[in-house]
Amino acid sequence: MRRALLGVAVLCLALTLPACMEVEQVTSPERQAGQTVRRDTAAWNNEPIAGGPKWSKGDRTSWEEQIKQRQLAQHEHRRIYQ
Amino acid sequence: MARMKFLCDAERCIECNGCVTACKNENEVPWGVNRRRVVTINDGVIGAEKSISVACMHCSDAPCMAVCPVDCFYKTADGVVLHDKDLCIGCGYCFYACPFGAPQFPQAGAFGLRGKMDKCTFCAGGPEEDKSEAEFKKYGRNRLAEGKLPACAEMCSTKALLGGDGDVIADIYRERVARRGSKGAEAWGWGSAYGQPPKGGAAPAAAPAKKS
Repeated sequence: MRRALLGVAVLCLALTLPACMEVEQVTSPERQAGQTVRRDTAAWNNEPIAGGPKWSKGDRTSWEEQIKQRQLAQHEHRRIYQ
Repeated sequence: MARMKFLCDAERCIECNGCVTACKNENEVPWGVNRRRVVTINDGVIGAEKSISVACMHCSDAPCMAVCPVDCFYKTADGVVLHDKDLCIGCGYCFYACPFGAPQFPQAGAFGLRGKMDKCTFCAGGPEEDKSEAEFKKYGRNRLAEGKLPACAEMCSTKALLGGDGDVIADIYRERVARRGSKGAEAWGWGSAYGQPPKGGAAPAAAPAKKS
């Protein structure tokens, strides 16, 4: 009897453990049936975060300009020697 | 107009897996999903071992977009290939189509059921509201909306992994190989590969290869 109970306990443990790392995947409540793919908001339409990179909200050119300047940090010849 | 691309310099990559860790940490990617990984060829062979960091390359003509039966992929104005997890059915066609093995599938149940596809977003989030909790939970952090570049490229210690506007990173790489001389002297880049003139006139002349 004890062995049977132990077996059931091990089986229950084995069945419950795989769920520990599951990531819940749910559909957004605003999603309608048959709706086509949603598009993202353009990055430059966001307000710059405090203390972060600066650009004019809604101005793609200024956003791209600051991103290009930021990329130059990956260029050690310019980043270090100038 | 920026076209976001990654470029990995195999001469510099030291297989530290820092990019993998940065991606996991920044986007809180679940177990079993690797949006970025480091691939090594000729492992242990002196002089022939090369490593390269691989993730979604945000193809200009993305095969995943072409094969998706529910058409859940879209491309942003900066050329970042993203997908809508609300539409994804987890069929795995994109995985078969992708030459880089970028699409990843989390285990969605106790019996190995495949979940919705997950992949590198170029740290651009997804179709949820920018910088919202819903976006972070489904797609990870939206660094582009914060005016930043992908975490993997920004923290690469040897600057092997470059990320950003294809023209700018191609210029950085071109200048690097020209200075380096003996290896990768056949300067190439996004712009030159597609027949566009390099910025500021002619590309810098490559140094002659050293004979060993």
